[in-house]
Amino acid sequence: MQTALHIVVCAGIVPDPLQTLEPITTPAGPGLKNEMVLPAVLDPWAASALYEAAVLAAKAPGSKVWLVSLGPKAKLQQVMMTVAQKVAFELAPIDGPIGGFPDAHATAAVLAETIAKLPGLDRERLLLFGGWESATRGAGVTLQLVGERLGITDQFQGVDQVNLRDDGSFEVLERVEGGKHQVSVCAGAPAVLGWATGNLAEPRNNPQVGMANMRTIMPALQKAPAVKLEANGLSYISVALPKQQRTTRVVKDMSPDEIAAELAAWIGAE
Amino acid sequence: MESILVLTHADETGAALTKASLEAVSAGIELAGRIGASVSIGIVAVDAQAAGAAVASSGARLLGVFGEPFGQARYSTDAAACEALCRAAQATIVLAPGSSRFTRVAAGVSHRLGGFIDTHITALGGTANIEASRWFYRQRIEAVLSRDARPWFLLLDSGTHAAFAGEATPAQVEQVAVQLPLIRTTVSGLRAPTQGAQTIRPDAKLLFVAGAGWTKKQPDGQTHVPEAADLILGFLRGAGASLGSSKSLVDQGSEGQSVLPFLTHLNQIGQTGATPRHPKGLATCCHGEEPHVVGWRFIGERRAVSLDANCGWTRGKADVVYVADAFQVMAKLNALIGSVGA
Ligand SMILES: Cc1cc2nc3c(=O)[nH]c(=O)nc-3n(C[C@H](O)[C@H](O)[C@H](O)COP(=O)(O)OP(=O)(O)OC[C@H]3O[C@@H](n4cnc5c(N)ncnc54)[C@H](O)[C@@H]3O)c2cc1C
Repeated sequence: MQTALHIVVCAGIVPDPLQTLEPITTPAGPGLKNEMVLPAVLDPWAASALYEAAVLAAKAPGSKVWLVSLGPKAKLQQVMMTVAQKVAFELAPIDGPIGGFPDAHATAAVLAETIAKLPGLDRERLLLFGGWESATRGAGVTLQLVGERLGITDQFQGVDQVNLRDDGSFEVLERVEGGKHQVSVCAGAPAVLGWATGNLAEPRNNPQVGMANMRTIMPALQKAPAVKLEANGLSYISVALPKQQRTTRVVKDMSPDEIAAELAAWIGAE
Repeated sequence: MESILVLTHADETGAALTKASLEAVSAGIELAGRIGASVSIGIVAVDAQAAGAAVASSGARLLGVFGEPFGQARYSTDAAACEALCRAAQATIVLAPGSSRFTRVAAGVSHRLGGFIDTHITALGGTANIEASRWFYRQRIEAVLSRDARPWFLLLDSGTHAAFAGEATPAQVEQVAVQLPLIRTTVSGLRAPTQGAQTIRPDAKLLFVAGAGWTKKQPDGQTHVPEAADLILGFLRGAGASLGSSKSLVDQGSEGQSVLPFLTHLNQIGQTGATPRHPKGLATCCHGEEPHVVGWRFIGERRAVSLDANCGWTRGKADVVYVADAFQVMAKLNALIGSVGA
């Protein structure tokens, strides 16, 4: 039988990718226009981590999944209405700024502090999950920094698969260059795993799971501690949308032969 | 005065630096010249003397961490190696290639050194202050940033600088001792996710993107998935292109529909996929929606073949859109480039 796991998933909330984003300057630094009213979703790669965590936990009786999320309380509550219906977890919310511009080191410090204080967490069994990059900052550094702060030196990034073994060790597949995976075997927890897409489709909404989760999520949100993030010497010189909008030539009246010839010439040209 | 350390690592031979490492060396030399800084190069390799030969002509101080444990990319040993190199060099600025190997450890190392890191840097500017460019929100917003905290680590995106190309000469690499950590992870090797030919080729001149249209019902009311597979693979072979996919197409695999067997999420381009660099890109049977197109930020010339004259590509996202049936166009194109089907 597999050893019980304590999986902590770090996941932020991000604007729905179908929204148009426009950068603006706020008193706290760069931000997005209408940031607080843009529809938000759980950060996609971190969401894969949450779904994978739930499946792994289900295979090892006695396991538990926590979701640690930093963001404005009101937005967290909105996003949790949907996320809570996907899989079972306990939420550890932190009321703080939204968006990709605050410094990742500051975010990591707050997350590590929160995780270290999670009641009932056995750090020897800890698998620290999250997305390998966020959809906001996209830096791929937060989990690593949290791991270092918690003293975890077995870390994996771009993870698409974890195969747990009965002795607590696991095989892990990480994305590397050229569309390949590096395969490693880790002796077991504690470890950090930054997930890429993984292999699971998004779970369907399950209202029963939602109701069970909400019983603990709402009180946790009410008690969410408020934090300010350090700038750590980071300053922005400019923040802008890319300028190049292409002038598109739309070709409607060429035959497949003509198009193929034009494409062949284009492909062959230096 | 700033002092720059460029961290580099060897390829799978253990004795030659990767191209991305040589790009970081160029970036370091360029930056040092502009801001008047000293530069040293740190090498992680099984045989750092041999690996150092490629950069010996730079005149930079060479520091190395050698030995078998560094032949594999693993957090505990790589973090220890990079930490030792940084402590030996005492640099204020640390540049490194954004390879999977260094991306895994660089942030952790910056923390050990009491420093800070910014990643996916696409350009380094400034003279009085270093100004680093990077993208936010998955290539939607570009920012230029600076930090006055040191040491400052900057991970450079590959393909943003020319690789250092000095003459190879015997190198004098100072060996830096490393206290090896407890090794709990064994790397067993690399695995290709699909059987058959390698479809992802980062160095290809052309990115070929397949969209969900390839598996949808066509005007005759039928799907033509085997034919689509032959056309796509035939083109990849003939043109030496790299294969990308839209999310909708790769997701069909996990949703149990009939799917192109050679595609995996590693091929996916976009918001939750890759952002590769290629001089040209050709999209077929793909709608060109924003969450897909953000993955095309670093594709030079862009063309698309779609049946939909109002698809996203026509709205300033591609240079040329051919409103046509990709099955017909690709069959003709394959014949022209000398690769007919599979
Ligand atoms: C959180 C989130 C993250 C996302 N991340 C990504 C991502 O990383 N990458 C990504 O790609 N998408 C992503 N998306 C999805 C994205 O919004 C689109 O749904 C997706 O890109 C559509 O894929 P498609 O264009 O291949 O398919 P469709 O929208 O189904 O388009 C198929 C196209 O094929 C054309 N077609 C059909 N037959 C032919 C033919 N014979 N010849 C020529 N053309 C033909 C049709 O006209 C149509 O335009 C994401 C969405 C969300 C919400």
